[in-house]
Amino acid sequence: MTQDYETVIGLEVHAQLRTRTKMFCGCSTAFGAPPNTQTCPVCQGMPGTLPVINRRAIEYGIKTALALQCTVNADNRFARKHYYYPDMPKNYQISQYEEPLAEHGRLEVEVGGVSRAIGIQRLHLEEDVGKLVHEGSLETAPSSQVDFNRAGVPLMEIVSLPDMRSPEEAAAYLRSLRAIVVYLGVCDGNMEEGSLRCDANISLRLRGATEYGTKVEIKNMNSFKNVQHALEYEITRQARALETGERIVQETRLWDPDKGRTVSMRSKEFAHDYRYFPEPDLPPLDVEPAWIERVRATVPELPAARRVRFMEVYGLGAYDADLLTGSRALGDYFEATVQVCGKPKVAANWVLNELLRELAGDDERALAGCPIPPANLAGLITLIENGTISGRIAKDVFDKMYQSGEDAQTIVDREGLTQVADAGELSAVVDQVLAQHAKVVLDWKSGKKAARGFLVGQVMKATAGKASPAVVNSLLDEKLPKV
Amino acid sequence: MLTGLSVHELAGRFRRREATPTQAARAYLDRVAALDPKVKAYMTVTADRALAQAAAADARFQSGRPLGLLDGIPLAIKDVLCTRGIRTTCSSRILENFVPPYDATVVAKLLDAGAVILGKLNMDEFAMGSSTENSAFFTTRNPWDLARVPGGSSGGAAAAVAADLAAATLGTDTGGSIRQPAAFCGRVGLKPTYGRVSRYGLVAFASSLDQVGPFGKDVRDAALVLQAIAGHDPMDSTSVDVGVPDYSAELEGGVKGLRIGIPAEYFIEGLDPEVEAAVRAAIDSLRGLGAKTESVSLPHTEYGLAAYYVIAPAEASSNLARYDGVKYGLRVPGARDLIDMYSRTRGAGFGAEVKRRVMLGTYALSAGYYDAYYGKALRVRTLVQRDFQRAFERVDVIVAPTTPGVAFKMGEREDPLQMYLNDVFTIPVNLAGLPGVSIPAGFTQTGLPVGLQVIGKAFDEATVLRVARAYEAATSWHERKPELTP
Amino acid sequence: MRRELDGILTYIDKLRAVDTEGVPPTSRAVPMTNVMREDEPKPSCPREDMLANAPDRAGELFRVPRIIEE
Repeated sequence: MTQDYETVIGLEVHAQLRTRTKMFCGCSTAFGAPPNTQTCPVCQGMPGTLPVINRRAIEYGIKTALALQCTVNADNRFARKHYYYPDMPKNYQISQYEEPLAEHGRLEVEVGGVSRAIGIQRLHLEEDVGKLVHEGSLETAPSSQVDFNRAGVPLMEIVSLPDMRSPEEAAAYLRSLRAIVVYLGVCDGNMEEGSLRCDANISLRLRGATEYGTKVEIKNMNSFKNVQHALEYEITRQARALETGERIVQETRLWDPDKGRTVSMRSKEFAHDYRYFPEPDLPPLDVEPAWIERVRATVPELPAARRVRFMEVYGLGAYDADLLTGSRALGDYFEATVQVCGKPKVAANWVLNELLRELAGDDERALAGCPIPPANLAGLITLIENGTISGRIAKDVFDKMYQSGEDAQTIVDREGLTQVADAGELSAVVDQVLAQHAKVVLDWKSGKKAARGFLVGQVMKATAGKASPAVVNSLLDEKLPKV
Repeated sequence: MLTGLSVHELAGRFRRREATPTQAARAYLDRVAALDPKVKAYMTVTADRALAQAAAADARFQSGRPLGLLDGIPLAIKDVLCTRGIRTTCSSRILENFVPPYDATVVAKLLDAGAVILGKLNMDEFAMGSSTENSAFFTTRNPWDLARVPGGSSGGAAAAVAADLAAATLGTDTGGSIRQPAAFCGRVGLKPTYGRVSRYGLVAFASSLDQVGPFGKDVRDAALVLQAIAGHDPMDSTSVDVGVPDYSAELEGGVKGLRIGIPAEYFIEGLDPEVEAAVRAAIDSLRGLGAKTESVSLPHTEYGLAAYYVIAPAEASSNLARYDGVKYGLRVPGARDLIDMYSRTRGAGFGAEVKRRVMLGTYALSAGYYDAYYGKALRVRTLVQRDFQRAFERVDVIVAPTTPGVAFKMGEREDPLQMYLNDVFTIPVNLAGLPGVSIPAGFTQTGLPVGLQVIGKAFDEATVLRVARAYEAATSWHERKPELTP
Repeated sequence: MRRELDGILTYIDKLRAVDTEGVPPTSRAVPMTNVMREDEPKPSCPREDMLANAPDRAGELFRVPRIIEE
């Protein structure tokens, strides 16, 4: 039944900006500090306090707007958005309303090899709220507690047009957007810690219809997987409702990842008329062309362009190039490795297969904690390429490098792992293996070609993996027919 | 008597070693103890702190290194300005026990100048009112007639200066809250240009209109205190980064050749004839001092009040949203849930006038009414501002009555709208962001003070003060004192 | 209260008589733009100072009654 309907999805993404201080005061934005230690009269909304705009937050907003091909509004300003909730110190949020920082952008996303441009409606800045802690769940808690450390942290809200047509497309949009903000260095992109949050508006309509259906807002999807699952669930739910003639209610629903379903939110905000009006405590911004150009000069190469370059310059396939440019830090790591060893394809394999298996993620933080610096990985690759160690030994060396932080040469030297390529030395081992496995040799002679691989394996085992596979193969080529 | 002296006179005594800051502080504290039970200007008296500050000032004078003219001068502060470690109530139940962890910028500046802070002064709750009758705790009395109001909202600050309960005080003015009580109490009250003085630490009523300013026993004192508090503050994005002139230096420049505008719209039906007579006489004496007077027109004056009663409540409804019983201030216990706690707390914490304005402001900003009320009022505000701009192309200052009438009896104005009409001559100045001062310009036959308002161009407090000083020097109204006995 | 509010609103309605066609709104008395601060951290306030005025607290947190209505 879902195939009768077209899905219409728009995403609202909130990105915490990586400024050192909050949006309107000098308190630190560092994550994980003890409760209520990063507050001051301003961010706690004490009577008499006033906000002062953080210049870097504005510049990060402009930078992102440029990367998303938005028009930066020369005249833009802050407004107050009112609703009562205990995590919001002033019971209004300083945000932007009628005159946002930027509008009318686009973001290319690719799903199944097809590229589409998703429209960006607006990009604006606002302040985050504090954190509520409940005894048990929100529904049953007899009371809740508030930590205002996060209150006032700069947020950038990026609102897409309802241009996405599938959960896959929504996930791809979110991935591309995340990659861009991380590339720009304006957000750490960490969804688990809430640095990047995503709400979705989703509605269904009969295929061919031009009017949008009633939309439902979904919140609390703190991973790419959750976004996709929540949207898939919601499509099924809405389609079923439409089939049975049920009315779709315009509402906010929360994704419950444990139960795998969305549930109607009983209450989030106590007022629905936000009563926006221009923030009288903050003069408007006048983003002059010269300022925009200064910021434009700081925009780095973006993922899409880098991906193309990786394919063209390094000869990588689309899939590898995609993965390697998924995070700026990973791409940087890869390029630094290639710069030293000059073997892009080998380096790509090591980074994508071995390194990513060990690392907690592909983001900046994960790579900052990586015990193998790019030069060391390049050193390992060089040892393989010049025949000093075998590919099999290399994997062991890699594991040891990861554990100890030592470079490859040190480990190889200490443990005597240098590849044995001396035909004379290996000849005896090959003879011995052939003698010990006469039956296997017979199998080979009777046409079981796989038997040869077993023999190679036995030689490697006997030499503790140090034998050069090339030399072993040529020795077997020479000796086997003669047995 | 040290308490009878102006700031500049007292500063002179300190310098000549004829008196010490501690003697002055004790004299004021004694007088407050004796007379404030009648005047009720003070919300909180900080005697111990004041004496400690005075002792520190004594030491500076003894070592021959006083800080400046305000060093050791006993001042008091309207209870809407945050004082670190001293409760700041805004004369509201909701902040009855609120102790700020920080000083307002103006308070910090006064302390840095060596001032001795005697305490905090009563006001209309959250500065909403014209009589201090909206204080949640008590009404301040007019020292000239204890049955009458001192005006408001800075009624405590005006009465304290009039009754010699402080050498000078700080008030705030959103729609006339400094000038109107200054007129009612026969003292000098100055509202500076919006942006001239930092609002950081001023508990907001209407953010685009609020401004801190001094009350003084004379114009020179007002200039001295303004000097101490004026200037750009990086903590207030609306404070303007322009130079602060030496106000005292320009004070005695006289008015010869100065062009003074008289706005026809301020001499209307409803203006008390005694007030009109006093103001016209004052204009005559300015002319006698060499000023040129001419008629100017401020045609949107009559709409100023209506625009104000949209804009100020709208901003107030937003500014007062934070009083919810979560972080500070009152919380009424026993609530079933959060919303119940909000409504009980705000229900018990705010007085009738505050509730009225919050309701009005909420309504004016609500989705269907924004354009008709708030949007319209902002456009009318533009027209009021343009009126002044046009007038100031021809004149240097505008002179007018501060209020349509004199101090009224407590309980006399029960209808809020009648109360609002008190501010009809002061509000347009706030809408336009201009500086304005009220100075004593005579007395009615029953002995109540009349105020003369001098309005200037933006950031031209110097000329406003010069005109005020020229008039004051030629008259003796400011020398009269109310008779008060314990 | 209702009657008083009606009276005030009636008074405010006199604004309708003003021709504001083509007049821009003024939300600030003094025109200024681009007032900003640099992204330099300042020390936060001691936690006890910030919690001292709390009507109810749970350790280092502000406590509020149950959020969901009964």
